[in-house]
Amino acid sequence: MTQNAEHILDHSELFRGDEYQQMLANKKALFENPHDPAEVDRIGEWSKTPEYREKNFAREALTVNPAKACQPLGAVFAALGFERTLPFVHGSQGCVAYYRSHLSRHFKEPTSCVSSSMTEDAAVFGGLNNLTDGLANSYNMYKPKMIAVATTCMAEVIGDDLNAFIKTSKEKGSVPADYDVPFAHTPAFVGSHITGYDNTLKGILEHFWDGKAGTAPKLQRKANNWINFIGGFDGYTVGNIREIKRIFELMGIGYTILADNSDVFDTPTDGEFRMYDGGTTLKDAANAVHAKATISMQQYCTEKTLPFIKGHDQEVVSFNHPLGVSATDDFLMTLSRITNKAIPNALERERGRLVDAMADSSAHVHGKKFAIYGDPDLCYGLAAFLLELGAEPTHVLSTNGSKGWEQKMQALFASSPFGKNCRAFPGKDLWHMRSLLFTEPVDFLIGNTYGKYLERDTGTPLIRIGFPIFDRHHHHRYPVWGYQGSMNVLVKILDKIFDEIDRKTSSVGKTDYSFDIIR
Amino acid sequence: MSRATTESVAEIKARNKQLIDEVLKVYPEKTAKRRAKHLSVHEAGKSDCGVKSNIKSIPGVMTIRGCAYAGSKGVVWGPIKDMIHISHGPVGCGQYSWGSRRNYYVGTTGIDTFVTLQFTSDFQEKDIVFGGDKKVTKLIDELQELFPLNRGITIQSECPIGLIGDDIEAVSREKSKEYGGKTIVPVRCEGFRGVSQSLGHHIANDAIRDWIFDKSAPEASSKFQPTAYDVAIIGDYNIGGDAWSSRILLEEMGLRVIAQWSGDGSLAELEATPKAKLNILHCYRSMNYISRHMEEKFGIPWCEYNFFGPSKIAESLRKIASFFDDKIKEGAERVIAKYQPLVDAVTAKYRPRLDGKTVMLFVGGLRPRHVIGAYEDLGMDVVGTGYEFGHNDDYQRTAQHYVKDGTLIYDDVTGYEFERFVEKIRPDLVGSGIKEKYVFQKMGVPFRQMHSWDYSGPYHGYDGFAIFARDMDMAINSPIWGKTTAPWKDAPRPSLMAAE
Repeated sequence: MTQNAEHILDHSELFRGDEYQQMLANKKALFENPHDPAEVDRIGEWSKTPEYREKNFAREALTVNPAKACQPLGAVFAALGFERTLPFVHGSQGCVAYYRSHLSRHFKEPTSCVSSSMTEDAAVFGGLNNLTDGLANSYNMYKPKMIAVATTCMAEVIGDDLNAFIKTSKEKGSVPADYDVPFAHTPAFVGSHITGYDNTLKGILEHFWDGKAGTAPKLQRKANNWINFIGGFDGYTVGNIREIKRIFELMGIGYTILADNSDVFDTPTDGEFRMYDGGTTLKDAANAVHAKATISMQQYCTEKTLPFIKGHDQEVVSFNHPLGVSATDDFLMTLSRITNKAIPNALERERGRLVDAMADSSAHVHGKKFAIYGDPDLCYGLAAFLLELGAEPTHVLSTNGSKGWEQKMQALFASSPFGKNCRAFPGKDLWHMRSLLFTEPVDFLIGNTYGKYLERDTGTPLIRIGFPIFDRHHHHRYPVWGYQGSMNVLVKILDKIFDEIDRKTSSVGKTDYSFDIIR
Repeated sequence: MSRATTESVAEIKARNKQLIDEVLKVYPEKTAKRRAKHLSVHEAGKSDCGVKSNIKSIPGVMTIRGCAYAGSKGVVWGPIKDMIHISHGPVGCGQYSWGSRRNYYVGTTGIDTFVTLQFTSDFQEKDIVFGGDKKVTKLIDELQELFPLNRGITIQSECPIGLIGDDIEAVSREKSKEYGGKTIVPVRCEGFRGVSQSLGHHIANDAIRDWIFDKSAPEASSKFQPTAYDVAIIGDYNIGGDAWSSRILLEEMGLRVIAQWSGDGSLAELEATPKAKLNILHCYRSMNYISRHMEEKFGIPWCEYNFFGPSKIAESLRKIASFFDDKIKEGAERVIAKYQPLVDAVTAKYRPRLDGKTVMLFVGGLRPRHVIGAYEDLGMDVVGTGYEFGHNDDYQRTAQHYVKDGTLIYDDVTGYEFERFVEKIRPDLVGSGIKEKYVFQKMGVPFRQMHSWDYSGPYHGYDGFAIFARDMDMAINSPIWGKTTAPWKDAPRPSLMAAE
């Protein structure tokens, strides 16, 4: 017997005991019809070859281990950033269970969202009744100030028209006529979660600015000196938005964070469940039309939102998840230019500290090769930072990256001597990445939790930066933007580099050298 | 806390009825009428729990339920390790269900084993417009080229497939023929079908019947000689290793487990199952269909069992043994006796810390009833329970064998109802899923995920019971729950006199 009441063994130890190992070996030999182990080895080795890579890259229909999710996930993420707003996803109900689970597994926080629970009959007759009943139920039960509607692919395939449906629902008395129900069509078969973020944010702004779907006068812009800020779909939203607020306050800038979900994804455990917390007030969302400019931290999360805002006579500026010295410089100088506010000494000191840290440590990063995957803006930001550190972002892969993104990445590589041998891979997945890591190995891999399979297969150490991070806790509480956020990223990278040297030099009697106390 | 233990049953019933009345007040009239049928207070002696079940969730109420795809790909098919399961349609469904159910297995992942890979046809707009059959046809060719050791393929339909009129059955037949009779299984588990995961289980069971049993002989891939003691574990998904800590007991009592459905399972095991002398069924909800089919078609009897907690484990071992000869019956007694010291030690350690604590559950297939015995073995009291996607036969089993008089019953509970119930009853522990976990922890109520075992487990079998007991103790008696209120909040206003 393996188990012991005094020292209870978890699954990680329990099944490695002899009795279980014997049991599993018998199961395999007798009942599983296993392949010849030599054949498994042969195929395993073949899967590491350039020949396999070529076939792998020739895939046209199959996607294996993509690094992207679908539109409504981004819709829910964006909608949760508004004051007392309940995301409502029109379509099949299982989708909503998935979005809630996915976000909760990353943030370790509740995710409130409802579905219109469409089934076969709605597939035939349309989902109007589901939407009408659903809005009435949500409104009565959860007392939201706003219900933001998005769609699943089911509702999109059958062609439900949200604008007309919401109008009819209101006429039927589901919610008051002047109640805010912004909407966005978010088909899962177009784009990815970042597209859903974009569509939803645009839908909400359009609702407030352009006359609430014909039920109110359009807002007349009266330009002021405020700045709107859009973070985009961001796994670090909690830490990042707080850091951005601190920067704005240091600079004395009047600002509105649009889709500010930094509080709802970080509520305290103090005896009270806050279904809603913080968020952009509806008033601020409306008044954002008057702002002097809007800044997007992630170009590819706001490809429709920014042109919409620009159409309302604001300056719009987008960044690509700025990380590191120059990208943060650029971000702050842009803020300064737009607002005519000087960059305060406090931020200049922070910049100096980041440069200091990079100077102290760059010897350990310089010349190292990295593979990066993730959302297109995050990839860009990370690659730019690595180039500043003298590292080489050799493979940069974004499943939801476009041709335009690829060109932008290649231009970044061309701008630095360290980018010489680097390449961007738009539309590829993590099985492609596996081939890249086997055929053109790198020193480190940067990506989300799913990168651990690549780490296991290829032995490339994984630095967890991205979304989702399910198997490590609380990273989302630390910013990765600004000089201080960049510092956090630098430390994460360095920790892995040093851990890796220790791991490789920890055999007593074999590698006693290099197992250094001071580095 | 532990209020239930200090109240009479009559008081508890009155309170629970009042609670139900209170939550119903929030709903519009039509919804209140519908929800009222799903909420009840159990009356001892009744044949079921007095609730309606397995009917459509109401829009907008925040149901906890999932969909048919989740029931098929996520639950039944996903764990079959040597087959490739294609999430056919847009990218999301496969992405959100990727590796999240902790179906443990052993194999060379990506080469001969595929459980924790996400294969999808990643539908784009043109696939919706022109149909996806061509794409999945090509996709199968690419799978065959890049993953040549796969033993079979399933096509798990997402919502659009059924709406755009694709013929995945024709594709499956054609490709199967092309690849020499390869097992290729189309599964019509579009998420909009049915009212929950439950129909997905049924559809997945039927697909095994139609596309595996009807197309292969039991000898197809497993050449072992049958014995009189061959059984198959049905409805154990090996979450955190549950099926393994179950299998070991069955083998110790002298039985031979020839197949696991479906945790750590393989196509060969599915195909060989008709050789079993007895199918033992853990998750009745998700796999009763195939058990009944095998009984009708192959004459294999099946019996339900429960491997949560020593009382139910012993009862189940004896029940399973009753289908066999004295050798196995003696084997069951030997196993029970062997593990008794472990059970005694675990109970001695944890029961004093858990005795009298109350629990509210809301889970899926079998757990809203099956885990009650394990809690009772530790002196705990389940005061409320409900099924995400149960049917009336689940509630019958619950009423007849598990719950106490006065237990609050909530079927397909809404977020609002569950919060209010827990807020008022203040149990010592809530056991439910990831979507519920943080809601209750914020409220200061200890919580364990009872789908994923909160990343722990196994909970089945004697080895699992030790872990279960430790985990419940860890949740309830964590020092953190004493710190949810800031000390200055409740404290009397500090006097400034001394300082002045």
